[in-house]
Amino acid sequence: MSDQKMTEEPSYLEHKGKYKGILSWILSTDHKRIGILYLYSILAFFAIGASIGLLMKFELIAPGKTIMTAQTYNAFFTLHGIVMIFAVVIPGLPAVFGNFMLPLMIGAKDVAFPRLNLLSWYFYVTGVLLVVISQFLGGSAPDTGWTFYAPYSFRTAGNMLPAVFGAFVLGFSSILTGLNFLVTIHRLRAPGMTWLKMPLFPWTLYATGWVQLLATPIIGITLLMIVAERVFHIGFFDPTLGGDPILYQHLFWTYSHPAVYIMILPAMGAISEIIPTFSHKTVFGYRFIVGSSLAIAFVGYFVWGHHMFTSGMSSVALYVFSLLTFLVAIPSAVKVFNWISTMHKGSIDLQTPLYWAVAFIFVFMIGGFSGLVLGSLAADIHLHNTHFVVAHFHFIVFGGTGYAFFGAMHYWYPKITGKMYDSRWANIGLLLFFVGFTTLYGMMFYLGFKGMPRRYYDYDEMFHFANIISTMGSWIMYSGLAIIIINLFASLKSGTKAPADPWGGKTLEWTIPSPPPAENFEEIPIVTKGPYNYK
Amino acid sequence: MSAIETHQDDLTSKFGMWLFLYTEMLLFGGLFIVYSVYRYRNAAAFHLASEELSVAVGTVNTIILLISSTTIAMSITAIRKHNKKLALILLCSTILLGLAFLVNKYFEWGEHLREHIYPGSNILALRGHGDVLFYGLYYFMTGLHALHIIVGLVFIVIVTVSVAKAKINADNFVLLENGGLYWHLVDLIWIFLFPLFYLIT
Repeated sequence: MSDQKMTEEPSYLEHKGKYKGILSWILSTDHKRIGILYLYSILAFFAIGASIGLLMKFELIAPGKTIMTAQTYNAFFTLHGIVMIFAVVIPGLPAVFGNFMLPLMIGAKDVAFPRLNLLSWYFYVTGVLLVVISQFLGGSAPDTGWTFYAPYSFRTAGNMLPAVFGAFVLGFSSILTGLNFLVTIHRLRAPGMTWLKMPLFPWTLYATGWVQLLATPIIGITLLMIVAERVFHIGFFDPTLGGDPILYQHLFWTYSHPAVYIMILPAMGAISEIIPTFSHKTVFGYRFIVGSSLAIAFVGYFVWGHHMFTSGMSSVALYVFSLLTFLVAIPSAVKVFNWISTMHKGSIDLQTPLYWAVAFIFVFMIGGFSGLVLGSLAADIHLHNTHFVVAHFHFIVFGGTGYAFFGAMHYWYPKITGKMYDSRWANIGLLLFFVGFTTLYGMMFYLGFKGMPRRYYDYDEMFHFANIISTMGSWIMYSGLAIIIINLFASLKSGTKAPADPWGGKTLEWTIPSPPPAENFEEIPIVTKGPYNYK
Repeated sequence: MSAIETHQDDLTSKFGMWLFLYTEMLLFGGLFIVYSVYRYRNAAAFHLASEELSVAVGTVNTIILLISSTTIAMSITAIRKHNKKLALILLCSTILLGLAFLVNKYFEWGEHLREHIYPGSNILALRGHGDVLFYGLYYFMTGLHALHIIVGLVFIVIVTVSVAKAKINADNFVLLENGGLYWHLVDLIWIFLFPLFYLIT
């Protein structure tokens, strides 16, 4: 590329470092290259998880055995869960866009600990490989579900050790990323960028960082205890030795509920960047969005019990957890009001990222409201362990984090690659994806409400028709997904060159060339105004 | 590389270390919760099982760790006063004290193992659920702590070599400070483990 008026500095893609070829990527400590490493690895693991999901939906097209046995189905939903939760959704936005964009958005040259950053990518890859290897070692594949519930997780014949240890290593990677971001945000903001002049995506990464740092060690130690149970038969969670399996559930959800906020907070951050840019208007209620992010991170620690309403707890605990669960809805709703008020009377530019953001708000609200249904005690007794829970979960996690991930992908694609993508195909892909998504998971609400239990490869004939529609939804969704991904890859070659600021964004990453030079900023900028200054 | 100069200041590294120590505390925090639940349910058995541990060995190990924390703290002052030789002596004492702790632990565990008190042993199982859980927690928590001692020792060996090569000096001693912080945390966790296992009778 010989475009000299853009920049004299070579971009991070052409930068000549110590190493060449593939080594210049896997040994790079440049936050942008590490972000790309994460992007490709997460896409690869997402492809694995998604293919398994597609096969599971195909199994459910008819009652009885369609293409797989009960044991294979159990192994598949376990692998699908572990890969999607620990390897795709939790690292998704922070590791890819956090790594790439955080230093650019706060005006820094890199994260605080670049080598640690690379190390956490290696932990990440090791962790996922351990999980994947557990499928192919002798004996049967893990079949506990991603929650590793005791006592089954240390009684099953499945290869639990590599899978559990893999999840432990993935947790370590997540802690190091969170730690790195926290220190970066505290120490490396550009001069003049006070806390309340920081853009909202870094703010959500900050809240997420604390959750990663303070919640992940709990799952770490819990998984180590499961390992010890299997190897040494200590009895921590084994009722025959005096242990308590319910205690395992408490410890597991003490992490795994806050983990849901690790997934959704950066997603909310990305949406909070997209909406002001395409409304050409200052974000409405900046301080409220910041405050609600911190509130979600904080209250999120105290609601884990709502996963255990049917496990056996005192009735006082049940009421308290139910009440606290309803409280989390408030800061989430505050954000939705802020996003909609930002669009109100803005000069809206209808581009692909904004379509994703609006679709996000739609599916996130359905996911959120169905969460309130599950958070109320009486309804949960009926709906617990049915497909209603699966539908709610996928509306929040795939609908929330997934939509925000693709929205962020289409928003920052020009900055990352230096190319524009074909928006017509991107929009067609989004439309198919959205129609397929709502058909697939919307049907599950109905099925769960009617009483179809989750985690079975078989079901009663009365659920047949709705399952056929749901499976057809999965085909539409995957064709949309294929179009989106193929379009993004094809645009790497055929796309036109992207200007520094294709959307009229006001945050710092749009002030430097696309793709950014290796050192990001020739001179560290001095910040005098708030992040979304459209006046 | 101007980038590296600007962001590798001492405060940043120490900040990172402090955050890492929080995660370590929560790692043990999970175990302390498990300990409290099971002790609440098996108060009498925990009381009796604890009487079998040697308070003398536990006390000696506590004193050893406290002294080793002092020596590493003093080595930082020595480096700041340009006294490389004294710093090296103090660091080597820290390493020796850490090893002494592990040797004591080895004999202590060996004693229990000879009496067939270990997870999965039939003799332990016959004594009842409370004893199984007490010793299960005892091995797991002190074992995880010993693992932290080993990691800390490796860290301090690296620091000592850097001091010997003058890579750590009066102008640049943040690595030594971080090693000290980590060692103090390992010490601090032991200060909680000691009463919880040895002194609850």
